[in-house]
Amino acid sequence: MADKNTLKFTPEHEWLDISGTVATIGITDYAAEKLGDVVFVELPKVGSSIQSGKVVGEIESTKSVGELFAPVDGTVTEANGAVTDRPELVNEDPFGAGWMIKVEVADASVFDSLDLLDFAAYTALVGE
Amino acid sequence: MATSSGAELGEFAQRHIGTHSDAQSTMLDVLGYESLPALVSAAVPDSIKLTEEESVLPPAATEREALAELRAYASRNRVNRAMIGLGYYDTITPAVIKRNVLENPSWYTAYTPYQPEISQGRLEALINFQTMVADLTGLDTANSSMLDESTAVVEGMLLARRASKSGSNVFLVDEDALPQTKALLENRAAAVGIELHYTAYDMSPPPSDIDVFGALIQYPGSSGRVWDPREVIDAVHAQDGLVVVAADLLALTLLTSPGELGADVAVGTTQRFGVPMGFGGPHAGYLAVRSGLERQLPGRLVGVSRDADGNVAYRLTLQAREQHIRREKATSNICTAQVLLAVMAGMYAVYHGPAGLKAIAERVTSRTRFLADAATDGGHTIIHGNYFDTLTLETARSANDLVKRAYDAGFLFHRVGDNHVQFSVDETTSAQDLLAVAAVLGAEKATLDGLAPGHTAVGSWIPQSLQRTSEYLTHPVFNTHRSETSMMRYLKYLADKDYALDRGMIPLGSCTMKLNAATEMEAVSWPEFAGIHPFAPESDVEGYLDLIEQLESWLADVTGYDAASVQPNAGSQGELAGLLAIRGYHESRGEENRTVCLIPSSAHGTNAASAVLAGMKVVVVACDDRGNVDVEDVRARIAEHAGELAALMVTYPSTHGVYEQEIREITDAVHEAGGQVYIDGANLNALLGYARFGEFGGDVSHLNLHKTFCIPHGGGGPGVGPVAAKAHLAPFLPSHPFAQRRKPLPEERAARLEGGTTGTPHHNIVSAAPYGSPSILPITWAYIRMMGSEGLRDATGAAVLAANYLAARLRKYFPVLYSGENGLVAHECIIDLRPLTEATGVTVDDVAKRLIDFGFHAPTMSFPVPGTLMIEPTESEDLAELDRFVEAMIAIRAEADAVGGGEWPADDNPLHHAPHTARSVIVGEWEHAYSREKAAYPVPSVLRNKYWPPVRRVDQAWGDRNLFCACPPPEAFA
Repeated sequence: MADKNTLKFTPEHEWLDISGTVATIGITDYAAEKLGDVVFVELPKVGSSIQSGKVVGEIESTKSVGELFAPVDGTVTEANGAVTDRPELVNEDPFGAGWMIKVEVADASVFDSLDLLDFAAYTALVGE
Repeated sequence: MATSSGAELGEFAQRHIGTHSDAQSTMLDVLGYESLPALVSAAVPDSIKLTEEESVLPPAATEREALAELRAYASRNRVNRAMIGLGYYDTITPAVIKRNVLENPSWYTAYTPYQPEISQGRLEALINFQTMVADLTGLDTANSSMLDESTAVVEGMLLARRASKSGSNVFLVDEDALPQTKALLENRAAAVGIELHYTAYDMSPPPSDIDVFGALIQYPGSSGRVWDPREVIDAVHAQDGLVVVAADLLALTLLTSPGELGADVAVGTTQRFGVPMGFGGPHAGYLAVRSGLERQLPGRLVGVSRDADGNVAYRLTLQAREQHIRREKATSNICTAQVLLAVMAGMYAVYHGPAGLKAIAERVTSRTRFLADAATDGGHTIIHGNYFDTLTLETARSANDLVKRAYDAGFLFHRVGDNHVQFSVDETTSAQDLLAVAAVLGAEKATLDGLAPGHTAVGSWIPQSLQRTSEYLTHPVFNTHRSETSMMRYLKYLADKDYALDRGMIPLGSCTMKLNAATEMEAVSWPEFAGIHPFAPESDVEGYLDLIEQLESWLADVTGYDAASVQPNAGSQGELAGLLAIRGYHESRGEENRTVCLIPSSAHGTNAASAVLAGMKVVVVACDDRGNVDVEDVRARIAEHAGELAALMVTYPSTHGVYEQEIREITDAVHEAGGQVYIDGANLNALLGYARFGEFGGDVSHLNLHKTFCIPHGGGGPGVGPVAAKAHLAPFLPSHPFAQRRKPLPEERAARLEGGTTGTPHHNIVSAAPYGSPSILPITWAYIRMMGSEGLRDATGAAVLAANYLAARLRKYFPVLYSGENGLVAHECIIDLRPLTEATGVTVDDVAKRLIDFGFHAPTMSFPVPGTLMIEPTESEDLAELDRFVEAMIAIRAEADAVGGGEWPADDNPLHHAPHTARSVIVGEWEHAYSREKAAYPVPSVLRNKYWPPVRRVDQAWGDRNLFCACPPPEAFA
């Protein structure tokens, strides 16, 4: 499980673990808890290009259907097959085994231009 | 009896209303009011109270009188041998199914199976239906029914659009599709900006120069033509389009299935599987998809899961995808089904089995062959040489002449054009019918020699390449119940698993589970109502048409409107029809840009879904802390969207069960801005006789006849959602190309239907049949006829009294969330369990499931507010049943406190483990912190009347993660 203090967050309750030009993306524990038991995850295909702000996947629980938004423009380099096979991983380990996709951007500086939150700011946002 | 006028209530009203004078006095004492009128007067705001008491309703009739009048209407319908076809066929309802399902309150008074533990019987019946549809269509997953065939085609089109990778906006439509389907597609496609392109296919691939996201193929065609669509399907797939095949299930016992042909989606009707035509409905439509599209399915889907003990249990699956939950993100507004009719159709397949169904189909097609020969002998030309049950002829004489000759002999043919006629054979077509029809066709010398017993083999008229070779209905359930004894017992076995109104109260908030009186149900299966084709000539259906007109006038009267249409066959379809009427009205005034629909955040999600499907843009309006629509926010949103405001959609009394004081201010503000007011009639049971929508600002509303007006819920359908409107919207209410009587339309509107002026020419059609589901309209007719104005008013009073009584009795134990002025609720109340959950860990789910152990159906859970229960007792429950409910809720509160106080562990107490099956309290050592008696017989009143749930609490997540939506193999139950 990633150290939350090194992660970046979006107001859509997604986290990014940035390493060079690649970011691993998942949803936060707060989002997973709000969704309840996750039963189905649909992720974009590896190799597909995604655009910031667009819906690229679905996270369905017994209560509602949540959407995975692309936080950045880039190319999907990996999609977590384990989480599509066992959607409960999103609840069990949202910052670890429950990761969703890895996205590669053109240049590492792209991440700096995004309006991302650090852990403290995200915690303040969700009021916890 | 304390009635508003002091007069004696009608005989029937006294049977319908559960509480009588003594009981009502007791209840009023608890509330501190002197009389029922005083209570309702204090609850209903002065600003909306009725201004005039005049009504067109006749004084209440007795049950006997009402039946006599219905007999008179029935006698003015003529039951001819309908051979019109076009998606409706005469059928034989096995008497064992008619008596034990259609006429059995254990099936027809049940609610939608949202509480799976008390619904295993009809969930199994529905999974039989799904398996039947999936097998026959050769596809992987079928849902648990659609409203009718034509709306199922629309849903197929919408599904194709969202699932297709093609960027196209064009849907290809078979010119040989059913005419009512084409009309419906035109209306619905126009609303959401889809372009339709018709093609005759002509046995060749579709035009390659047009990019399409999907295509519809009617199989066999409306004209009867049977042809091989494989090439067309491949061509559409090559464009990344999806193929929707509208298929006849009986034909599919002989024809290669859509799935094997390559179709992505199959839709249609199951009417001819033992469900009477009923002048158009209700019947169960169907929709099935290939693997990979399950999560795109609209409507309801039953799946297999397991209960807390690991046993197989059914429940509705993928509920998070239900359209009313997705609100403005919805891609469909279908949120109900035709459960009772789906159960009947599924049981028809269970009773006949695969061999029986195939034998029926072979008889039908060989008799069609006989008539094809007769037609040729008579000098007519058969247009399509390959057919299943329908023949289109170029007539030797004029079409009118042939149709008339048939009519004179007692048969209804369909006139296609000046020289073309078509007719269909069904399972009721007898040998005598064949000779009579042969004579009509001019083949006087035809004999039945070729139809000797055993001569049923399918011949050359069905091409070899389309003859079905794959198996279907191989599951044991379709191969076991051949004797009537076995069938009767299977139906009883399933019915016994379920909790319906014949066991006790179903206090579901916003659902109005009131009495469905036996007298009201009587006429439904009379042949003069059940045996009528929806496109029969006017002269055959005068009784029906007069009854419908009278009912429409009554519905308009009690709601303060000028006109009504019974065509919408569900509440959601009524919403859509009303919103389309508003759009049509704005367009007729040159205000096409008015497309914004304001919807309060407290609204039922279906409102938003319907607005989206009407091509409107949803703007959400805030509610205040008391659950009322925030008037200031309404004003702000209106100001923001001034020129684009189409409508405000509001439920009254609110979804929180409260009479809002400011409703007039809100409706006035909308009108001043040029908008229209849609009042959702879901909660009309709190208003009837005291206020009318049309008098406090409503322009249009839909009513739920299955709530306020006694049509039974049928375990999740049929519903009827008539739409009623003020005169200025009346021209835009639903119409239908085959309506026997046309209401006069203003010139401009009439011209538009002819396509003569601007705009797309189309009917505002929302259902396949002109009058929706007419065979169940006598239920509502009888209710109003036997209640009269007084009775309806007293029913409202009794419903409001019952809800306030429960609120007052329960308030000490659970906070009542919202109330209006004077601390009163309307016809339902919300109790807040969140403080209890906070203090004890006991959840809404625990309380709902524990109620089963006490012999109750849970109230509505977590709607409209999460963590709450919404209770609606209705006027039909008596004081003893209300008190039994109060007793149960108080006992549950004490149990929760015991958990909170540490007497029982959080994970081992009667709430956590509820509900308890007989097996769970009998088998093995008892090792729980509470006693067996506590588990199963928590209060003495249960001793004499115990309902045992067939399964423990059902695991929702497991079933959703392991999707399986067909009959499980018998080993699963070992």
